[in-house]
Amino acid sequence: MKKGIKGRVVLIILTVLLSILFFLPSTRYFSSLPAWWGKYLPSKGITLGLDLQGGIHLVLEVEEDQAVENNLDQMITGIKDAANEKKLEISGIKKTAPLEISVDYPKKEEKEPLLKIVTEQFPSLLSKETRENSFLLTLSGDEVKRLKEDAVARSMETIRNRIDQFGVAEPLIQRQGTNQILIQLPGVKNPQQALDLIKTTAVLSFKLLDEESPVARELPNSIKPEDEVKMMAEFGPKVPEGDEILFERIVDKETQAVTKRPYLVKKRSLLTGDRLSDARMSFDEFNKPYVSVTFDSNGARQFESITGENIKKRLAIILDRNIYSAPVIQDRISGGRAQISGGFTPEEATALAIVLRAGALPAPVKIIQNVTVGPSLGQDSIEKGIRAAKWGTLLVVVFMIFYYRMAGVIADFALGLNVVLLIGALAALNATLTLPGIAGIILTIGMSVDSNVLIFERIREELRTGKPVRLAIDAGYEKAFLTIIDSHVTTLITALVLFIFGTGPIKGFAVSLSLGVTINLFTSLLGTKVIFDFINSKRKLETLSI
Amino acid sequence: MFELLGKTNIDFIGKRKFAFLFSGLMVLLGIIALVAIGFGKANMGIDFSGGTAVQLKFEKPIKIEDSRQILEKNDLKDAELQEFSEGNKLLIRIKKQTTIQEKMAEKIVSVFSKEMPDNHFVVDSSEEIGPTIGQKLQKDATLAVTLAMLGIIIYIAFRFEFRFGVAAAIATFHDVLAVLGIFYLLNHEITLLIVTALLTLAGYSLTDTVVVFDRIRENLRFRNKESLEQVINKGINQVLSRTIVVSFTVFLVLLALFFFGGEVIHDFSFALLIGVVVGTYSSIFVASPILVVWKGSKGKLLRRGI
Repeated sequence: MKKGIKGRVVLIILTVLLSILFFLPSTRYFSSLPAWWGKYLPSKGITLGLDLQGGIHLVLEVEEDQAVENNLDQMITGIKDAANEKKLEISGIKKTAPLEISVDYPKKEEKEPLLKIVTEQFPSLLSKETRENSFLLTLSGDEVKRLKEDAVARSMETIRNRIDQFGVAEPLIQRQGTNQILIQLPGVKNPQQALDLIKTTAVLSFKLLDEESPVARELPNSIKPEDEVKMMAEFGPKVPEGDEILFERIVDKETQAVTKRPYLVKKRSLLTGDRLSDARMSFDEFNKPYVSVTFDSNGARQFESITGENIKKRLAIILDRNIYSAPVIQDRISGGRAQISGGFTPEEATALAIVLRAGALPAPVKIIQNVTVGPSLGQDSIEKGIRAAKWGTLLVVVFMIFYYRMAGVIADFALGLNVVLLIGALAALNATLTLPGIAGIILTIGMSVDSNVLIFERIREELRTGKPVRLAIDAGYEKAFLTIIDSHVTTLITALVLFIFGTGPIKGFAVSLSLGVTINLFTSLLGTKVIFDFINSKRKLETLSI
Repeated sequence: MFELLGKTNIDFIGKRKFAFLFSGLMVLLGIIALVAIGFGKANMGIDFSGGTAVQLKFEKPIKIEDSRQILEKNDLKDAELQEFSEGNKLLIRIKKQTTIQEKMAEKIVSVFSKEMPDNHFVVDSSEEIGPTIGQKLQKDATLAVTLAMLGIIIYIAFRFEFRFGVAAAIATFHDVLAVLGIFYLLNHEITLLIVTALLTLAGYSLTDTVVVFDRIRENLRFRNKESLEQVINKGINQVLSRTIVVSFTVFLVLLALFFFGGEVIHDFSFALLIGVVVGTYSSIFVASPILVVWKGSKGKLLRRGI
């Protein structure tokens, strides 16, 4: 045997074996693989992209400015409370510009103590300007930056918590840019529910209804959702100061028709969701689902005094400006438990419990990209991709044999080798297979014979000049070598660019294309040459079927 | 030995005037398409323009006119409809610089379930893309195309010489523009996948050009008194059967993708199909003749005889 043939054959057999080993976990025999597999070999295999298995791809934008605003609101309350505690008088405190608070005080001599409270308790508020009987405070730039950063980080954490509890296998939650969050939920069956779960800000609050104002009696009992704007235009100006109109969404059990019921509520919340320690879905005696919430000790005390002081009044339970229920307080409630009932389905109640447990988002999020692929389209795409691959392969294989005869068979062997190694490499890298990725594999099949065609045409040329077969083969390989390298590198450059800039499915295309092109170099230069050398070593070829 | 072509001796360079005229028209079409894209007049996919696309799969066949009426009745008359005969599929697209807050996808689904209660459907896919994402993608795509081109010119200039690099780049631009122009002319949607196809095609077309250039370079080293035209013509003729065979095999797999790959990558494979044809043409009729026409610089390969 010619020197070196053995080594190359062993190398090829080894790579094929490795590819099969790498690919095994991706097949349905995965479950029967021994446990030690994961220790020594990549056990994850090829994962299917969202476009092939179905699922949701979301990009959220955190409205960071809103987080800063919310924080400013909290500071206003904080300053008020602190002043109260010290028995200092504030006649007015409000936001005057996006990052600015003005504080009015009636007694001049209390200015210094008031400012002292601010510098001590709210060091991020800088005194901007002082006038007679009022001073302006502004939020420091560093603090604004920190708050924004914090809002995105906390949003991610909260969303991760919610999704974990919702139970999605292998979710991807990633920061993107400064204020965007990328979320991928593969295999989610009920996209709308998952969306609602993620999007809910989940600011829970308890507020009293204002039933004394005449406006409350004038409000209609129920309106159509589309009439909301009209209704607000009519009643908005009449709403007394310190009150607002909020709606309860009512779904008719039989017709599924949605109506909205307006309520006049007091703006001030008596208790908020940050006092919650737990939230669970349960069923009442009529087998209707509800969410039971448990307050922490502080919240329980507050809830007891609220209910005690407001017996026979109605308390609205509000999540993100939507009223869920507005029960009449029958008695003082101790023990720190409350119920939210609101005509839920069990799924809705479970989702609500999850968002309450996982906590509120520090700022609202806006969905800026939402791509949902149903599982049936995914399955369909896989089947069509495989069908296209079969036909593509068949056509090329048949053509090559028809055109190059024996040499064509050798090129087809390289093609097969190419596909096996490519699949093995994809599995070894735990790559994500997408539909364009399958297209990339198919394209590789078409291109994989490229190098061999180059070599064969060269060999033909050499044969025409009358060279003996063995020398013609060697010359063909040698002369085609640089051309093959050049032509592969250019394809690799574009594949690399696609990999850097592409997302999701397109990245999958870039991966299979670049791997395919690289493997192609190996199979065409090494894989086919060894066969020619082997044949040559057995007997001296007089003619070549090419 | 089975041969598609024997030893050929076609005067490709001599036909360069016709080729340049034809190519000029294709490039012009491509530039028109680019300008149209710039002014927002082209048929941009929702991944670039922002908007909503919902694909529904019905149990029973649907009439496209009925669907249109249903949408119009429900204030969705801006919707574009596309039907896929296989599997009773309907694609509804609404391109608008809307925010996702409007829940257009949800509305479309509810409209169809209300108006076609006896024809059940499943949502195959739904996409809602905000305008900011679309703009970002547009920027990314432009940057990607530019970078890929630069990378390629640098590589070829390094491996051959600057003039070859530029000629190859012109041919590649020509191919990308031609396919873009054809897509524009046929009013096909330009999506992210199409941009991917264009980049892939750029890579492929270069592969083709590089093979021809390689042979020309080789011939230049050993030429005696032949003119540049003769050397280049000889090179093209020598690799002609290779060029055709390789393009043909790639064409075959793309045909399979086009016919069996399903609606999602239908346009993608279509773009690549035209691309292969245009790319093969350009490596013969565009890239190499440029080497003859452009006599400006004198690199070491082309120095003799010019």
